[in-house]
Order: sequence, then structure tokens, then C-alpha cells
Amino acid sequence: MYKPYETTFKSQKLTIKEKLMNISFCYVLFICVLAAIGITMLYSAANGHWRPWALNQLVRFGAGLGIMLFFAMVDIRILLRYAYVFYFFTLFLLIVVEISGHVGMGAQRWINLGFFKLQPSELMKVALVLALARYFHTRSLQSIESLGGILPGLLLALVPAGLVIVQPDLGTGLMLLFTATAIFFVVGVQLWKFGVVAVGAIIFMPIAWAFLRDYQKDRVLTFLDPERDPLGAGYHIIQSKIALGSGGVFGKGFLKGTQSHLNFLPEKHTDFIFTMLSEEWGMIGAVFVILLNFCIVAYGYSFALKSSSYFGKVVAIGLTTNYFLYVSINTAMVLGLIPVVGIPLPLISYGGTVMLSIMASFGILLSVYINRNIQVGKE
Amino acid sequence: MNRDNDKGKVLIRRSLIMAGCKVFVLLLIIFRLYYLQVYQADKFKMLADENRISTRILIPQRGIIYDRNHKVLATNVQNFQALIVAEQTPNVQETLDAFKRIMPLSAEEEQRIKQDLKRNRSFVPIKVKDNLSWEEVSEIQLNAADLPGIIIDESLNRYYPMGEKTAQVVGYVAAVSEQDRKDDPLLEVPGFKIGKSGIEKYLEHDLRGEGGILKLEVNAYGRVMNEIEETDGVHGKNIVLTLDSRLQEAAYEAFGEESGAAVLLDVHNGEILAFVSTPSFDPNAFSQGLSVTEWNALLEDERHPLTNKVIQGQYSPGSVFKPLVAIAGLESGAIKPDTRFFCAGKMFVGDHPFHCWRRGGHGYLNVVEALKHSCDIYFYETAQKTGIDKIAEVARRFGLGSRVNIGLENEKAGLIPDKEWKLKRFGEPWQVGESLIAGIGQGYVLVTPLQLAMMTARIANGGYAVTPTFFPVPQGKSFEKINVDKKYLDLVKEGMYEVVNGTGGTAWASQFVYKGQRMSGKTGSVQVRRISLKERQSGIIKQKDLPWKYRDHAIFVAYAPADNPKYALAVLAEHGGGGAAVAAPIASKILKTTLELDPSAKKTSFSEQEM
Repeated sequence: MYKPYETTFKSQKLTIKEKLMNISFCYVLFICVLAAIGITMLYSAANGHWRPWALNQLVRFGAGLGIMLFFAMVDIRILLRYAYVFYFFTLFLLIVVEISGHVGMGAQRWINLGFFKLQPSELMKVALVLALARYFHTRSLQSIESLGGILPGLLLALVPAGLVIVQPDLGTGLMLLFTATAIFFVVGVQLWKFGVVAVGAIIFMPIAWAFLRDYQKDRVLTFLDPERDPLGAGYHIIQSKIALGSGGVFGKGFLKGTQSHLNFLPEKHTDFIFTMLSEEWGMIGAVFVILLNFCIVAYGYSFALKSSSYFGKVVAIGLTTNYFLYVSINTAMVLGLIPVVGIPLPLISYGGTVMLSIMASFGILLSVYINRNIQVGKE
Repeated sequence: MNRDNDKGKVLIRRSLIMAGCKVFVLLLIIFRLYYLQVYQADKFKMLADENRISTRILIPQRGIIYDRNHKVLATNVQNFQALIVAEQTPNVQETLDAFKRIMPLSAEEEQRIKQDLKRNRSFVPIKVKDNLSWEEVSEIQLNAADLPGIIIDESLNRYYPMGEKTAQVVGYVAAVSEQDRKDDPLLEVPGFKIGKSGIEKYLEHDLRGEGGILKLEVNAYGRVMNEIEETDGVHGKNIVLTLDSRLQEAAYEAFGEESGAAVLLDVHNGEILAFVSTPSFDPNAFSQGLSVTEWNALLEDERHPLTNKVIQGQYSPGSVFKPLVAIAGLESGAIKPDTRFFCAGKMFVGDHPFHCWRRGGHGYLNVVEALKHSCDIYFYETAQKTGIDKIAEVARRFGLGSRVNIGLENEKAGLIPDKEWKLKRFGEPWQVGESLIAGIGQGYVLVTPLQLAMMTARIANGGYAVTPTFFPVPQGKSFEKINVDKKYLDLVKEGMYEVVNGTGGTAWASQFVYKGQRMSGKTGSVQVRRISLKERQSGIIKQKDLPWKYRDHAIFVAYAPADNPKYALAVLAEHGGGGAAVAAPIASKILKTTLELDPSAKKTSFSEQEM
């Protein structure tokens, strides 16, 4: 009988102490430095006050560290065993949100747990990676390269992505799709298939356009020509570029960003926090943050390479890619390289769910690293 | 197992390719950062400053206008006004409605506010109501919570203490209109006023000063966060005019209900001591903003209060032209000082009759007597013998026929006709009869009261080419001579003396003696309508029986003291009737007051006064 969670060879079991000793402290350091930068910026965003954002964020980061540690301690085989359960549970939550969203007023993306508003779409980013990793873990290369072999995987990705897009949350939906695409790519789906999908997407673009909400269309059009509505939708991009550019090489100094403090820069504590950071700390600060993120991504890759299990590798690459997408989409957006989509800069932007889901994914990445020598069987 | 190995190798190969892509994306982002923050940094720094710095122009204090004794003619007084800043209120209409509950706004005012709001950016304060009283100001401040966006501003209003009495000289200020050239950013400041007439307009640049600049840091909603820097403006220059407000007042009041003009000059330097055109208008109403009805009433008044009759009114000089005709006759040799002509009440040129104003005739008279009695026949004869070209040449030497250019708008040049002009204008040769008509100051000849005053001053001062001016003339300034033989001038002056002081002189009734000083003058009555042959036969209608606008214009030019002239005056009463009956008494009052006050005696004070 197939028991994927059992090791092929001798049973390996790490003690908690061994696990703790195996944590990549460099990795955790990068995370903490970024979070510290984020809290500092939130302090600045409130004109030098801990409230309303910085203190909350600090508490959340503390909770996030706990969650990270928790997932780091989880055996990778447990992750494998419950990957589908987790995935379908999250999918169930997404459907619940979708239905209650129709019942309630307007778009609703979260479930109120009383102390915390849970966004299933954020959970799905992790769940999808785990589910796809498990799926491909059990497939042969032959199967992966066959059409029938990737169809279940495609369904795993498309169903939640579709649900999220109709919420409507185009940004998160696309991120799910991109993450899934990245996984399909690394596991070895032939390139021509991507070509077919790309061509298909281009063909269906006008149809998809018709389905976009007005504000989404607006965002795309505004991206293409920010000047078309300088006080409306284009205002964000224009003001973001002014703030960034006026920061120059060395920045205007902590708490001295005029664009952000005089409120020309919208959403300075959430999606546009990188702009504020670049205004106050200049290109030096911005590049420093990019490099830290580069390090986090690079470590994610090294975890993947060091992992002896296929599942662990795919999980590490999938989660790292997910993180990378956050960083690159957010920065590219505030730099005016892509349309404004509601993607925050993880660890730095103010926001609870993203913080927790990202910290959870860091925990899983650490778990992959800690369990790098654990053999994970499949057949 | 082999395929499994391949699966792992594919994974590693593919993930390294993807890692490469990620590195590329991050490099792209860094390059973009470089592009925005280094390559385009200057541009964005400028844009950021444009965002945050709001420049306001501070209105400088307008220069004060004084009369020759340093009495204020135009000054600035405090004015409280309510302004609305569109961006500081969530709803402009609601704020205006709340304001209206406190004090009424007319539909016109509301229209203007909305237009101003539309024309300006949302952070520009727009005037809602000005000239608020203390009570109104406190009422607004009490209700501040209901009036978001309303601010109280203290500004300066132009005020003219002499009101309508100096309106025609000093002019007034009013809001900048669309047509005014926007050569100064100050002109774009809402509520800024510029000189629209009179000295206010003529010396606009001196009076205006330079605007200060206030740089404010504002946030995205336009709220002022900080004052960055303030550059002080420069006050406008103060101006001293040669007017004497006491004489100005006396002259204005001497007219009573009459519509007319008076100019009083210092004969030695041309300084204008009084300059009156009646009826006038209230310049304070203009600078506070005039309603359409008030404006229309001014425009439609048949006495034309908005017309500056001193320089814009062109009239036939009538008999006051006769002294110049006499000089022209004497210079040309057409008459000698003792030449006598016989006045029989009418004369013929060809078969066209020319009438003297006195139907029974004056008998034999010489030039002095002719002036004294204002005999028309004598001057018909003189003009006929002298010829129009010589008369025109003399008239021009005395300043007629061209603009004085005293700086007020729409000054008219008048008209001194000659043969060449007639040919050019009508394509017809000059007729002898026309010389006769010109000889008594009728026909084509047109002058402004200002020119008449200048002419009188040039006669009185012995032939010096003084020019009327509102600005103090430096002492000791020498004037060119106009080359008139003193003998001839003395004859004319003798005639003018006789007009007022000689028994039977036309202005005999208006004579006065003040400390042994007398005035000399010349009357003039100008027909505004043609007297038909029929009317002449049936008896000319008396002036006072005619409707106002058909009555003659009354003119009187005078100077005093007669023996040592200091002041020259021209008075014109539109449709006043006879010069002797209406204009001479006015002139007499003005000159008597002038002699009593003798303003030019205190001339030295100018050099101490700041300009």
C-alpha cells in the first residue's frame, strides 16, 4: 500500500533540540532585519508615532515568529501527509467567503474569527504550493510531461485562482496562477505547453477584458497612461514616482519624506510603503531592502538544493517564488513598471494576514531546510 | 529510478533557470530605482517641491496720493472680508448656504463667487463678502463650525477722502478685468485692484509697488503646514499732486447743480491747483464694487458724470477765443492798437449777413473796447483781414489744437482749423465766411477747458509756454517764450481787465477786490443749436426758456491778480446759458478763494515732501 509519508529507508526522527540547532539563523536574521525596517517605516508613516501601525505590526511580527517557529518544527512528512487536507480545507473556506460575500454587502475576502480576520486567499498561497508539491512529488517525469499528468495539477491551481479572481481580488488570483506556473515550470512541464497557454491567453485577452470590473480596467488603462487622470486613478503612480525620484541617492532622511508626510503619497503604510522608504532613505535604502530580499530568495533556493526530497525542493521553490512574486510585483508596481495591483510588500507593509501567511511559509521553508536529510518516500 | 533521477535533474535545471530570471527581475528593479532616483531625481525633486510649496503673493500697500499741502487724496483703509477656500470645505454650496443664513448674498454676488471658484484652483481663497463690520466678523467667527472653508481676511481698501470732488483727477481702482494685461503676477491675485482711471491709472506702476512672496508648505489637501519663507514686497510710491484740496473743493462747490468743468493753473509753471468736472461720481463706490444699476445710472445721466469734461469735453470757445484773434490781427498788421471798426449790429460778406450778439450794434470800437464788450463785428473784421491760417498759428502757440498730455485717459486735442485742414477734411477750399465764424470762436474751432486754462495762463504770464501738469514743477524751471510782443499782450490784458472791471464790461457784475487785487477775464457763450432766420426775426428765445440741453454753453476764462497774474482759470458750464451770467460768477468765486489762500506762496514746502 502506498504510504507517502513513510520514509523509504530507516525511520529518521529529529529531536526538537536538533531541529532548533538546524535552523538557518542567517535566514531568520534577514527576516528580522526586514521586519525591523518595516516597523521603522510604519513609525515614520504615523509621523513618528508607534500608533496606529508600528506597535500593531511589532506584535504581529512577534506572533509571526511564533508561527514560523511552529512550522519550522513540523516534520516535513507531516506536511506531505496533510498537504491535500490543508488544501481542500482552504478551498472550502474560499467557497464560504465567496458565498457569504454574495450574501453580505459587496466583496468580502475574509472570515471574521473574532480576534483575527482570516483571508483564505492568503492561506491558499501556501496550501496550493504544498498541494502541487505533493502532487508532483508522486508523479514520474513521464507523467508530468503527459497531458493527463498535469491536468489534476492544473485543476488544483485554476479552481482556487478562479475563486479568488471573482472575489474580486485580481492581484492575489494572478499571484496564485504565477506561483502555480512557476511550479509547473520547475517540475519540467514542456516549454511548448507554456507557449500554447500564452498564445491562448493572448487570444482570450479581449474576452477576459470584458469580464474585468471597471476599476480593474481603470487600473490597467491608468498604468498604460498615468496622465490620463492625474487626480484620479493615475494619481497613485504619479505621486509614487515623484516621491521615489525626489528621494534621490541618499533620501530625505528618516521622518522627513515630504511627499509621504504631506499625504501626497497615498497608501503609504500599506502598498506604497516601499515608495516612502525610498523617499526617506533614498536609493541606498531601497537597494538595501532589495538585496535583503534577494538574500531571502537565494537562501530559499539553497534550501531547495540541499533538500534531499523532491517534495521539499518543490515546496521550497514554490514558497520562495511566492515570496519573490510579492516583492517584485509590489516594487515594480510602485516604480511604475506594472499596473497598480493590491499586492503589499511582505514584512514591511502594514497588514496582518500577509504577515502571518508569509511567516508560516518561512517556517515551512525552514522545515524543509531542517529536514533536508530526511528521505521522503513516494512508492 | 533512472527517470526519477532525470526528474530531480530537470527540477534543478529548471529552478536554476528560474533563479536566473529572478535575478534579472531584481536587477531590472534596481535599474529602475537608479533611473528614477538618480537619473531623473532633479525632475522629481522639482515636482515634489511643486507639490508641497504653495506660493502666495502678498499684496503690497498702494502708494498714497497727496495734494500740494500733504492732505490725503487717496489712501488705504482696513477692510475685513470673508473668503472661501474651496478645498477646505467638503461642500462649497453647503458652506455658502450656511453663510447666507448669517448674512444675505445677492444672486449676483453668488454668481460671481461661483465664477471665481471655477476660474481659480481650489486652494485659492475667493472673496465672499467684503467691507464687513466688526459685528459681522464676530458673527462669522461665532459660527465658524458651520462654515468650513470660510476665513476672515484683513485687507486694505482704497479710500478717497475727497470723494467725488477729486474723482475726475485721482480716478479710482477696481478689480482686474480679463482685458487687463497680465504682466504682473499680482494681477492674478484675486481681489487685487488696479487703477482704472485718473492718476490711479496713469501712475499705476509707481503706486502699485511690488508684491511680496509667501512660500508655504501645504499638504496634499492644501492645508498649510509651515511657512517656508516670506519675501517682503515693496510699498507703492506715494505721490504728491499739485492740487490744492481746498481750492478743489471750492471749485467743485462753486458749480452747484451746473454741469461743467473748471481748471485753475499757476500761470508761472502750469501747476494745476484745481481740476473739476461736474457732476462727478463717488470713487469709493467704484473701489468697493459698483452694482449694475448704479453703473447704468451713471452711464445714462445726460450730464455725463463719467466724462472728464476738462479734457474730454470739446467745445467751441466762443468769445474767449477773441483775445487770440486780436493778437493774430495785431501780429499780422491787419489791425493796429488803435484801429477802430464800426459795429452796426450786422455786416455782410457777399450777401451773407453776420450778426453781432448786440442787435443794435456797438458803434466805433478799438481792440480793447471790442474785447470789453465782446463785439462780434470787430472780430469778424479782424478775422477777415487776418486770415484763418494766421489765427490758427497764433492759437496753436497758445496751446490750442493739440493734446496737453497731462496723463489722464481720453484727452481730446480739440481742433484749430486752417485752409489745409479744410481741404484735407472736406476736399473743399476755405470760405472767407468761415474765417469770420472762427473769429468769434465758433464754427470748426474746438477746445477743451484745459486748453483754455493754458491759453489764459500764457496770456497772463506774458507769453511763456507753460503746460498744465499735476506734478510739482521744480522751482526755477524756465519756460520758452511763445514770441508774442508784450505790447500786444498788454492790449489784450487791458481788454480782459475791462471785461470785468470796466463799467459795461460783459463780466462787470462778477468783479471783486481782495486786498487790492482784481481779476481779469473774458466771457464766452457758445451756441449749441443753430439760430434760424425765422427765430431771429421773431425774436430770439431767452436762454432760460429753452430746454437744458439746447441752452448755450457758458465759458469764462480769467486770471488774477489782474496787475500781477498768478493764477489762470477756465470755467465752463454746459448749457449754462451766458458766460457772463453763469460762468463768470463761478470763476469769480474760485479766484477769490484762490487769492485768499494764495497756495503758490507756500511753494517751498515741496522740496521737503517725499515723492
